[in-house]
Amino acid sequence: MNSKPDSAKAHGCCSGGDKTSTANEAVDTKTQTRQVSSDAGEIQLNIQGASCASCVTKIETALKQVAGVTSAEMNFAQRTVLINSNASPSELVRAVEEAGYNATLANADSDEAAIEEKEQADWAYYKKLMRHMVIALSLGVPLMIYGLVTGEMSVNTTTERIVWLIIGLMTLGVMVFSGRHFYVGAWNSFKNHSANMDTLIALGTGTAWLYSMTVVFFPGYVPEMARHVYFEATAMIIGLINLGLALEIKARGKTSEAIKRLIGLQAKTARVIRDGDDIDIPIEDVLLNDLIRVRPGERISVDGVVVEGQTSIDESMLTGEPMPIEKRKDDEVVAGTINKSGSIVFRAERVGKDTALAQIINMVKRAQNSKPPIGRLADVISAYFVPVVMIIAVMSALAWLNFGPAPEVAFAIVSATTVLIIACPCALGLATPMSVMVGVGKAAEAGVLIRNGEALQSASKITTMVLDKTGTITEGAPKVTDVVIASAHNQDDVLSLAASLESGSEHPLAMAIVESAKEQGVPIHSVTDFESIAGKGVAATLNSQRLLFGNEKLMKEKSIELHHYVDKAQRLAAEAKTPMYFAIDSKLVAVIAVADPIKSDSIDAINRLQHNGIRVVMLTGDNRMTAKAVARKAGIVDYVAEVMPEDKANKVLELQREGEIVGMTGDGINDAPALAHANVGFAIGTGTDVAIESADITLMRGSLHGLADAIAVSKATLRNIKQNLFGAFIYNVAGIPFAAGVFYPFLGLLLSPVIAGAAMAFSSLTVVTNANRLRLFKAKEH
Amino acid sequence: MMWINLIGLVVIGLIVWWFWLYQTKSTEVRDGSIEVRVKDGVYQPANITVPANESVQLMFYREDATPCAETLLIPELEISETLVLNKRVMVTIPPKKAGRYPFHCQMQMYRGTLVIK
Repeated sequence: MNSKPDSAKAHGCCSGGDKTSTANEAVDTKTQTRQVSSDAGEIQLNIQGASCASCVTKIETALKQVAGVTSAEMNFAQRTVLINSNASPSELVRAVEEAGYNATLANADSDEAAIEEKEQADWAYYKKLMRHMVIALSLGVPLMIYGLVTGEMSVNTTTERIVWLIIGLMTLGVMVFSGRHFYVGAWNSFKNHSANMDTLIALGTGTAWLYSMTVVFFPGYVPEMARHVYFEATAMIIGLINLGLALEIKARGKTSEAIKRLIGLQAKTARVIRDGDDIDIPIEDVLLNDLIRVRPGERISVDGVVVEGQTSIDESMLTGEPMPIEKRKDDEVVAGTINKSGSIVFRAERVGKDTALAQIINMVKRAQNSKPPIGRLADVISAYFVPVVMIIAVMSALAWLNFGPAPEVAFAIVSATTVLIIACPCALGLATPMSVMVGVGKAAEAGVLIRNGEALQSASKITTMVLDKTGTITEGAPKVTDVVIASAHNQDDVLSLAASLESGSEHPLAMAIVESAKEQGVPIHSVTDFESIAGKGVAATLNSQRLLFGNEKLMKEKSIELHHYVDKAQRLAAEAKTPMYFAIDSKLVAVIAVADPIKSDSIDAINRLQHNGIRVVMLTGDNRMTAKAVARKAGIVDYVAEVMPEDKANKVLELQREGEIVGMTGDGINDAPALAHANVGFAIGTGTDVAIESADITLMRGSLHGLADAIAVSKATLRNIKQNLFGAFIYNVAGIPFAAGVFYPFLGLLLSPVIAGAAMAFSSLTVVTNANRLRLFKAKEH
Repeated sequence: MMWINLIGLVVIGLIVWWFWLYQTKSTEVRDGSIEVRVKDGVYQPANITVPANESVQLMFYREDATPCAETLLIPELEISETLVLNKRVMVTIPPKKAGRYPFHCQMQMYRGTLVIK
């Protein structure tokens, strides 16, 4: 079932430093959920209308007749059918429909349709809750006003008994109509040996109602002073809690705005060229290698490669990069971006759930549902909360009965009811997830993909940011700037030989030399015995000559005399260039310098990090002089030069030993060990390549401002979570004793169950509203 | 009064026993999959036993419109899934070693346990 074993592996290799193997295993599990999709040759349909076992054969046969279906197996108990096929999902659905049944693609509704359905369902539920609220409050409010005005809610005469009996039955009607879901939920939980918010509401309102009915039916058994009824409390509590839930649904809707925006980027149709004709088809039906035409102003429907035409494409919605990107033949285009100027034809290379946009949406959704460690205590408390509150309610009633003033019974009932009603496990449970939901979404809007809650929390604590130089601070596309000849060779020969040697290497410096040779039009030959000496250079044989290219360390190791060229190299290094030595048969031939320009906004972004109190450390394999020059230009004081790839991880560990919380930023491939050891590994995306999902946090565009944005949004989210958790803890810690009547002996204060109901209903609403404040967070303009 | 206090203590004892000490019955998964209904404030069944080292599929069917029911979390397996109202959502549990893996909604009001043995 798992269609992405490689990506799962990639997760494992680069997961954050403090994660254990469980985390890696867990990543595997992530890839295994939601596997019933349409992108792996295996498609699952939900079947409606299959009422007998004979339907199974009929449906399976209908599906097997569709071209491209190799197997179709129906699970009658689940009403699902699993199909191995390369046919499009809509063809399969049609086949089932033609056989006389209805079918829908399991778990593969378009995200947009799912959101729409959710909004409709939420809206319907909101209206239902509001109706419940109106019914309950139209009984509760007049009763409460009557009680407040007359101060008379007691049962003394026969007339009063009859009137209160009628009101009691009306309250029962409210309980059945407006509060049914609380009682059914409470009963079901009880049967499962668990307890939840419904349990508290049902017990609280039920106790108040039962006591009141006892007073009505058997006033003689209740002391005269305690012959009060609490029907208004029951109706008011049910009304207020329904109102709170309704408002919470509204507020929750806003927390998912970011994901809605991402989902909205998906095109609905694609103009596919088939048999020479342009036809519009739903994007679910686009197949790999389909040719798709896109006109100016249209959205790119799936990921692919341009095969015809030239245009500029706005990728800002995914990367935050404001400038349109020029695209021509063989360039990649990404689903969700907008074609600005020209008309192009591109070949579909990733469709369905494999597109970068689909993966981003998936990743953001997953992250939004994950919890940072800070929320774990609240989870532990939530697990024991309700039974503990029930015990407190019983103890409080006993305390009033034993030590309370007259009427003891009334005080006992009021305090127990109020304790049950005021306690709000929901506020505790919601405190963390609501903020994470908004925070992760906000980060995605700024082009920052946060993998999970743990990464979010760690990012908020970073004290040191380690930056790899090449490709992170600099453009990562070095160019040859100087060729200093140290032998009888001419410049073209040197460049030709050096490029021949370097053509086997993928190092950015090597690529610069090969590129330069191509530009100069000098020949590039094939070499033999190629050898890559990690962190030092390369060697190979050409026409029986041993070519060696690398840094000073390598030359010294090979006992090659560098003479005064060391000074020349140092001068080049002082200009922020990287000088490398080129030797043939152990004799120095030339010093070749390449320079990698610093990205235009790196200096600004580094300054921003430092301004926020974060120590910035640069790591580079370059020599000390070059490193110093680049660091100086970039405004970095701490730098480590001549670092071998494996030393990067050691440097991270060293910083951690000093007590620093380390963020490491690199390209995700060479820096994998360092990224894995860092508290938070940041990968810099090459625009839209989400394959670097391996990192804890992925920056969708190359700018280092993304780091400062990620840290800022993490800090804001953590602050918000702390406010929520603090509020929820304090609310319960102060509210429950108050409701139990702890302050009564000193202040003469006892909380009314109605006030408790209002407080409880609005405590969770407050949490959601506070989380929504995060929506106002703005990454600094840059 | 003594009787009332005694009854109160018995009630407390019953709460502790019913909610914490009672060993709940678990539904065994046969044929590699089971449907879990999310309805009226609970998962049904809430306690599910699955064989160790075998992959099983939990088909969640949410009929409860309460927003709390929307998110399913199995924290120890790092699974989080959005349950769409009135739709079946399949969650594949990868082969795992024996152990207890609680699953719940975001607010932990809906709770269940996956017992792998």
